[in-house]
Amino acid sequence: MLYREAGQFKSTYGEDQQIFPILQDRIAIVALLLVAFVVVPLVGDQYWLSAILTPFLVLALATLGLNILTGYAGQLSLGTAAFMAVGAFMAYNAMLRIPHMPILGAFIIGGLCAAAVGIVFGLPSFRIKGLYLAVATLACQFFVLWAINRIGWFSNYSSSGVITAQRMEILGYPIDTPASKYVLTLAIVVFMALAAKNLMRSETGRAFMAVRDMDVAASVIGIPMMKTKLLAFAISSFYCGVAGALYAFCYLGTVEPEAFVLDLSFRVLFMMIIGGAGSILGSFLGAGFITLFPIFLNLASKWLENALGMEIPHALVSNTEAIIFGALIIFFLIVEPYGLARLWQITKEKLRLWPFPH
Amino acid sequence: MNFFIEVVAGGLLAGVMYSLVALGFVIIYKASGVFNFAQGSMVFFAALTFVSLLERGWNLWLALAVTMVAMVLVGMLIERTVLRPLVNQPPITLLMATIGLTFVLEGVSQLMWGSQPHGLELGIPDVPIEWLSEKWNINISQFDLFAALVAGVLVAVLAVLTQKTRIGRALRAVADDHQAALAVGIPLQHIWAIVWAVAGFVALVAGLMWGVRNGVQYALTFTALKALPVLILGGFESIAGAIVGGLIIGASEKVAEVYLGPYVGGGIESWFAYVIALLFLLVRPEGLFGEKIIDRV
Repeated sequence: MLYREAGQFKSTYGEDQQIFPILQDRIAIVALLLVAFVVVPLVGDQYWLSAILTPFLVLALATLGLNILTGYAGQLSLGTAAFMAVGAFMAYNAMLRIPHMPILGAFIIGGLCAAAVGIVFGLPSFRIKGLYLAVATLACQFFVLWAINRIGWFSNYSSSGVITAQRMEILGYPIDTPASKYVLTLAIVVFMALAAKNLMRSETGRAFMAVRDMDVAASVIGIPMMKTKLLAFAISSFYCGVAGALYAFCYLGTVEPEAFVLDLSFRVLFMMIIGGAGSILGSFLGAGFITLFPIFLNLASKWLENALGMEIPHALVSNTEAIIFGALIIFFLIVEPYGLARLWQITKEKLRLWPFPH
Repeated sequence: MNFFIEVVAGGLLAGVMYSLVALGFVIIYKASGVFNFAQGSMVFFAALTFVSLLERGWNLWLALAVTMVAMVLVGMLIERTVLRPLVNQPPITLLMATIGLTFVLEGVSQLMWGSQPHGLELGIPDVPIEWLSEKWNINISQFDLFAALVAGVLVAVLAVLTQKTRIGRALRAVADDHQAALAVGIPLQHIWAIVWAVAGFVALVAGLMWGVRNGVQYALTFTALKALPVLILGGFESIAGAIVGGLIIGASEKVAEVYLGPYVGGGIESWFAYVIALLFLLVRPEGLFGEKIIDRV
């Protein structure tokens, strides 16, 4: 009824190609951003802001990075957490070693360093692909964590390898409350998501997708294979690096290298699969789903405890969580390989017809 | 010199353990083109089931038989619920499905048997062989030799199974070309179920060996990750490659740790194997014994 584009005519190419061509979508997204930027920081309590919404946004950004590499360019990576670690530790070092470093500059330096590491470990992608490449990125995961653990320079020679994120300040405003950290994260994530969306609609993005769909055919029609693959690695690692820096500065505060183990890589991979590979919106849906799911499961187990009047052991809950996670992944791969993003698309199609059947 | 030999021999024998896990990967990859990331958790599941049955006072052979049956059932269940609906999907999708499977298997095994580590005793003491250490001053564990022997027998059995039997011929046909195999009347689904069952059996053997060495615990699942560089080195399709790759990785890793480790702060065992595998990939992308991939448009 309400969600219909009838009467909205496009008279220029620009109008035809905008990200949200339907007026209702534009209204919805503006409303969503207003709520996220203004209402949530005002009404959200500390727990929600710092323990749920901020990590959700950070992980959504990491998922976005992985999505560019795996979902769009088709190069499977199991080293997301390593790129995040590089971003986090290099942003810390930039703040530490360069005087008067603005915090956003430190984030960018973290991202750039992650991009450099990504290019180095992306080099084998020219010779190998698929499963072999996945193992190469796994090498990156182990090597980077080892280097950060062993080489004291990264953690400023702290004995335990743990770093404490510096105080953040933008134009004299201190960023130290959960609400301000949330707004900073949100601003960066929204900006980078917009950039990714536009990049994927450009020639670069189309080249990525051509490489993903069939690399031999792509190179035959003149897409430079080396450049495209390395660019995908660089952009993806840049996103992951910034996500890692945000993870350290806005979410954790004190970071140990063990925060970036292989498990985190897998979690981000799961977010991408459940959200939908090759979709910007999917990155957010998947990250939201996987961040909220354990909380929901916890609530459910509490409720069960009350209903049954007995205590459910913690191990049972965490194992059930692992089983349900794994089963969900398989379920999504079988039933809806394009993830939640595709479900959302189907819902929109249905909405356009509602309340009439045809 | 003695010390060097000891390091190399120790590395080779550790490599045998990697090979045992890698074998499971190869068998499944050969027959179905699936890179089974869950092999490590299958190893964990098998070892944990076996050890838990033993601790409940079961006879060793009975426990072995029951675990074997359980592994076959798990293999068939995986084939039915995960692989069959995903036929004809790209390899990356299948890989991600097996990563999901890893979580399910780990969750199920810890839900069933608890998550505390167990010790495992098979009756073969993990002590240096006396006459070797007396005569040459080289310490080589008796158990390591036993593990090598088991691996040798396993490879021989697998070789006979794939080369000499009717099932083996069907397996190789399926590995060569799914559609052609279907066309000549080979029941694809049965073959896959058999393959997963065999992989389950290999996982059980690997689980027992690793369990005696390091105890049966959650960390066992990480051994599977060590098998990946072994596979890369040996090639995904070759049983011999898994063994040779395992030996090379095991030996070079130990030598690097002992002679190179002190210069860079130690602990390089965690990634050195991957770096060897990566460098190797740049020279020979299909591995030592793998089949050469030819791309056509």
